[in-house]
Amino acid sequence: MIRNTAKSLLLHLCLFVAAAFTLIPFLWMLSASFMKNGEATLFPPHFVPTHISFQQYAILFHELNMGRYFLNSTILALGVTGGSLLVNAMAGFAFAKFTFPGKRPVFTLLLTSMIIPGQITMLPVFLLLNKLGLLNTYWGIILPGLASIFGIFLIRQYVSTIPDSLLEAAYMDGGSSFLIFWKIIMPLAKPVLITLALFTFMGTWNDFLWPLIVMTKDSMYTLPVGLAGLLGEHAQDTELMMAGSVITIIPIILIFLFLQKYYVQGILVGSIKE
Amino acid sequence: MKKTYQIAYIFLAPALLTLTVFFFLPVLAALGMSFTDFDIYSIGNLARTRFVFLQNYQHLLHDPLFWKSLLNTAYFVLVAGPLTIFVSLFTAMALQSSLLRFKSFFRLAFFLPVITNLVAIAVVWRYLYHPRFGLLNYILALFHCGPIDWLGNPHWAMPALILLATWKNFGYFMMIYIAGLQTIPGELYEASSLDGANWWRQQWHVTVPLLAPTTLLVTIMTVVGYLQFFAEPYIMTQGGPLNATLSVVLYLYDQGFRWWKMGYSASIAFVLFSVVFLAAVLQLYLGKRREAWG
Repeated sequence: MIRNTAKSLLLHLCLFVAAAFTLIPFLWMLSASFMKNGEATLFPPHFVPTHISFQQYAILFHELNMGRYFLNSTILALGVTGGSLLVNAMAGFAFAKFTFPGKRPVFTLLLTSMIIPGQITMLPVFLLLNKLGLLNTYWGIILPGLASIFGIFLIRQYVSTIPDSLLEAAYMDGGSSFLIFWKIIMPLAKPVLITLALFTFMGTWNDFLWPLIVMTKDSMYTLPVGLAGLLGEHAQDTELMMAGSVITIIPIILIFLFLQKYYVQGILVGSIKE
Repeated sequence: MKKTYQIAYIFLAPALLTLTVFFFLPVLAALGMSFTDFDIYSIGNLARTRFVFLQNYQHLLHDPLFWKSLLNTAYFVLVAGPLTIFVSLFTAMALQSSLLRFKSFFRLAFFLPVITNLVAIAVVWRYLYHPRFGLLNYILALFHCGPIDWLGNPHWAMPALILLATWKNFGYFMMIYIAGLQTIPGELYEASSLDGANWWRQQWHVTVPLLAPTTLLVTIMTVVGYLQFFAEPYIMTQGGPLNATLSVVLYLYDQGFRWWKMGYSASIAFVLFSVVFLAAVLQLYLGKRREAWG
């Protein structure tokens, strides 16, 4: 009994230290974002602001372009999520519930292509977008984001588990494939659609390299690109940068808190081996 | 199902079209580009591009910066990879303990770095690593150590990025390990504890071997992911000091999008792809062989 209590205490102690290690950077970020200029770089450090000040947030939105970055990030994340959900669901449905010539080779090709690092396509896609005049437009990020092999795979796995008999019945009643897709598959696949939506939204919101390449005009920056830009000019304004970081991560943390169950499911499905 | 498979093609068309235009053709185009001297003048006028065959690749062989970036990336993968796997396995085991309370709190705490944006994270870590006002040196000073110029010293810059990457990523693999642990039948632990095995022996003789497939998967994911590391050095160190943190992807980004030597950059991308591919195949092979030998 006593041994178990001691063990339990030790375990909790270790994990609280580990949790402090992961959480302190976030708490410090939040705390410093409410400080006045210069307070975060005092030595010895101030861990909490002497006066809560919203000055940094006011500067970000009134003097700098943070509001615009926020809008861009929101439009892009929603656009990519909505579009890719439909496109990937359609393809996943086709792979799960149809037999057609070329199905196996195409599916194998898709799966094996997942190993190709995305950086390879950056140069040609950049040149293509340049030719099409899509650099510094939302389409430059939305169009390449419309399909994802991971998304197709995720949906196919889930839709395969929907019994064929359900669809047969609907076909008997004279339903078209499109009607069945929209009225039966989409509602039944809701959990996996939420998972995929969450992954896509968070992935697009957090992406850095591609928006850095496509968006070169300040007015088109996303939050991460804008933040990295600010870091170049305002590296000394610790408190300002902290406030910018808070704005960048708050929406993602809120969404995650509400939907974490679905996110964890996505990790697990995504990690199932062939 | 219905025999009219034409409908399947209609459902597939948007996805396959997108992937063809923005993924498959660009991969082929990049391969083609890597055999040319495509540069900023080629963007305006394609006729200025010449076919140089393997010249870019030959040039790479003699490019000290490229070798430096390759070595740095290897350093990063070989240290951050095992460290991440170890921390994620260990936290997953701790979280599975029946003695533990506040499980969801710990899970969330360890997962928070995974979902947050690296640029925002980097902003904070730059100050944690700050040589004068940084929290890390403040703590070191309490133990009469330091101060260390974490990001300014060529010897410390890479360890600093490794620590950051481990901190940011272990939660993801912890989740995969937790799922793996849940598939291990409880009777195995009961049986071994009847045999008098303590916790450490149980983990070593029951958990670790049974988790081998999960570990293989986690290893491949970390290696493939870490071979492509970019944002950490781009934001934290710009590849410095003295190119100590220049990674392969950062180098190909610089060559392609800063100096517009796109043909050369494409050849770097293909070398990276070969390394990623070989690493994945090698690990799968070793994993399979291990299974066969039991």
